[in-house]
Amino acid sequence: MATQHSRSAARLMMAPAVVLLLGWMLVPLIMTLLFSFKKYIPLRGGDLGWVGFDNYIRFVTSSAFWPSVSATLIVVGGVLIITVIFGVLLAILLNQPMWGQGVVRILVIAPFFVMPTVSALVWKNMFMDPVNGLFAHLWKFFGAAPVEWLSQASLQSIVMIVSWQWLPFATLILLTAIQSLDSEQLEAAEMDGAPPVKRFAYITLPHLGRAITVVVLIQTIFLLAIFAEIFVTTQGSFGTKTLTYLIYQRVLESQNVGLGSAGGVYAIILANIVAIFLMRMVGKNLDA
Amino acid sequence: MGRITLDKVSKSFGDVEVIPPLDLTIEDGEFTVFVGPSGCGKSTLLRLIAGLEDSSGGHIRIDGNDATHVPPAKRGLAMVFQSYALYPHMSVRKNIAFPMKMANVPEDEQNRRIEAAAIALNLSDYLDRRPGQLSGGQRQRVAIGRAIVREPAAFLFDEPLSNLDAALRVGMRLEISELHERLQTTMIYVTHDQVEAMTMADKIVVLQAGVIEQVGSPLELYRAPRNKFVAGFIGSPKMNFIEGDEAAKFNAHTIGIRPEHIDVSDTEGQWKGTVGVAEHLGSDTFFHVHGTGMAETMTVRAPGEVNLRHGDVIHMTPRKDQIHKFDAQCLRIE
Amino acid sequence: MARSVTTQRKIINTAAAWTVGMLIFFPILWTVLTSFKTEATAIADPPVFLAFDWTLENYSTVMERSDYMRFLWNSVIIAGGSTLLGIIIAVPAAWSMAFVPSKRTKDILLWMLSTKMLPAVGVLYPIYLIFIKMGLLDTRTGLVIVLMLMNLPIIVWMLYTYFKEIPGEILEAARMDGASLKEEILYVLTPMAIPGIASTLLLNFILAWNEAFWTLNLTAAKAAPLTAFIASYSSPEGLFYAKLSAASTMAIAPILILGWFSQKQLVSGLTFGAVK
Repeated sequence: MATQHSRSAARLMMAPAVVLLLGWMLVPLIMTLLFSFKKYIPLRGGDLGWVGFDNYIRFVTSSAFWPSVSATLIVVGGVLIITVIFGVLLAILLNQPMWGQGVVRILVIAPFFVMPTVSALVWKNMFMDPVNGLFAHLWKFFGAAPVEWLSQASLQSIVMIVSWQWLPFATLILLTAIQSLDSEQLEAAEMDGAPPVKRFAYITLPHLGRAITVVVLIQTIFLLAIFAEIFVTTQGSFGTKTLTYLIYQRVLESQNVGLGSAGGVYAIILANIVAIFLMRMVGKNLDA
Repeated sequence: MGRITLDKVSKSFGDVEVIPPLDLTIEDGEFTVFVGPSGCGKSTLLRLIAGLEDSSGGHIRIDGNDATHVPPAKRGLAMVFQSYALYPHMSVRKNIAFPMKMANVPEDEQNRRIEAAAIALNLSDYLDRRPGQLSGGQRQRVAIGRAIVREPAAFLFDEPLSNLDAALRVGMRLEISELHERLQTTMIYVTHDQVEAMTMADKIVVLQAGVIEQVGSPLELYRAPRNKFVAGFIGSPKMNFIEGDEAAKFNAHTIGIRPEHIDVSDTEGQWKGTVGVAEHLGSDTFFHVHGTGMAETMTVRAPGEVNLRHGDVIHMTPRKDQIHKFDAQCLRIE
Repeated sequence: MARSVTTQRKIINTAAAWTVGMLIFFPILWTVLTSFKTEATAIADPPVFLAFDWTLENYSTVMERSDYMRFLWNSVIIAGGSTLLGIIIAVPAAWSMAFVPSKRTKDILLWMLSTKMLPAVGVLYPIYLIFIKMGLLDTRTGLVIVLMLMNLPIIVWMLYTYFKEIPGEILEAARMDGASLKEEILYVLTPMAIPGIASTLLLNFILAWNEAFWTLNLTAAKAAPLTAFIASYSSPEGLFYAKLSAASTMAIAPILILGWFSQKQLVSGLTFGAVK
């Protein structure tokens, strides 16, 4: 519904955004692809020629690879499980009638707006420090020996910090979804004699299905890219080297760009698999 | 001046041809109404004239100049939209001033025209309000005011009354007609309501599926519809159509007779049927008649005081000179 | 319809919700409280909650010692600059998609969103290399560009959804009234979309402010924003808890407040409208 004139104007006005994003996507992507097939070590000779799939093979056969995959899975899976379960519970709780609902919601959402470096630092020092941390005080109060969180339970600690950051996001989305549930549906179910637990299982939970999927997909994409939390707390030691962090170390710390790039390509493929599912859901929403 | 000529103008969306090539001339100062059922292409035709859509073929001329590829702003036409399309963030004054501001009309001239329009449209007290604070009828008048101050070659109205309630619609209909009498500017008015078309138009263009079925004055269309579609569309309640043996008596495939052209009696008449629903309007009564053996339901008009009820037998006699005859192609037979 | 609820149930709900809310908020509260303590009180065993001598000393120390204002200024420039630049590029694009949609509009929109999913670490070195080549490493300009590109899809998406709610007839009316494309966008569309543009600004400012991959990896001393400044406090080993807290409080306070205002936009922006 428009004229030729406005259509060409539209194309022109869309051009800057499209061109910029195309460049932002393609140029680094192509460079990464190129590097991944080369022996490329800037500090020791630079570009040492094509090596085929060597980097891809070396990346997955290195002793650090499988531990990094399992660390990634634990972090992503752990955070997802915690945030979804507690997110649903919290959303239901916040949806109940109460005094000061607005204030409570603000308190619950706050962690999301804390920059990752700050939250990592605060948790690391003020809570998880084995000598002066609040947890140490707490443990001592109950007569237990303080835990060296970030070395003895390093992955669990990271999961906890990241969960704290992402719980608000999950809660907020699930709460929005719950509020869109037609309360007459619940009342109808109540009239039909369904007890609260069944009303939750048969009506609320299915209604939340879509929101939970969105939470899982979006968080997965962000969680796969977790960086600052590890950078600030353990620097990848004590088994907290996730795939992202491993690639980062290969590229910037050991300056093996070829190897790191191969890892990067793996990461991109992984993220795209998740993204395809997310885009499908968003796409459906566009039609509606 | 505002003589608009469409020469083989057509419009397709992708592979779908919504308007096959059509010719139409709208004379200067004429009040022309495009009427037809929804989806008949009347709004699209108006938007082609406005320049909001490109025509897929043909030429649009305004006062003899080819405007086919001229952008809407340069065509010298003003449009009143169905939703009024007022700028919600501007006061009424600024809304009306907007087209003049775009045309760099000097400020004192702007104010003069705004005041004049405000008086004419009874908006003087509302100039500093926002559209959101106005009633539907007032918004409608602001939209018209915004069109007037441009002093356009022609006004285009796209179903301007469809968002108003029934009472207001009648009032605004009159106001627009009076405006036309005063300005004597070309107006093109799109509506799906044949009553609006009949009451306002100098010239009615009946459209169906993008094709012009008939062009003519309201009475021409009423008296001599060119085909069955126009006959059924113009006039309220709808014309009755009868096929079969009864039509054959008139050497026609179908005959049509308007409800107001049938005389009613409770004792004798040419046709006989049973009264179904009777709608009493006071001045008139409309009977929906069943069981005539000619058409499933027939509608007849009777004076307000006829004493017939649901289930009664009714006798009907058509006025011979008011019977319309159509052939198998639905075209009028003279 | 609101269901009538017994007061007793409401009390239980309230107590439960406030307990959970305080628990989640506690790390932030504790940080803020600690920032007003002396270093000795900050690590006292048992910990002191409220009964301590409040002091502003930590704030002045942090400001003096670390050139805090420079980091803050960098954050403001980088987050503000990238957001504004993004809006300027996104408004025309969103106009096109919302008001002149074509068959490809949906695909372009989805493709734009998908660029947001590209893991940063996968392209770290190429960007690093390009930055060195172009002299953008450790410059605010460089970060403005990168963060703008990172958030552009979200900005376009959000503006697109807001623009779509504006009836196209109003823009057509402007066109009939003689407005050029520029005038149509400047005088009609933008003023009507102000609320939407404001929330887009807000959310993207927050996202850029908290971004902690590119800001850590592409800056050193000169252009480092608050994220990097905080990361430099990485190992105080209990010696500077109060100052660490003061620095943290200063880094998060403005954004926390902005964030509370933009809760709703957070949902629509970050889920690309997939949850309403």
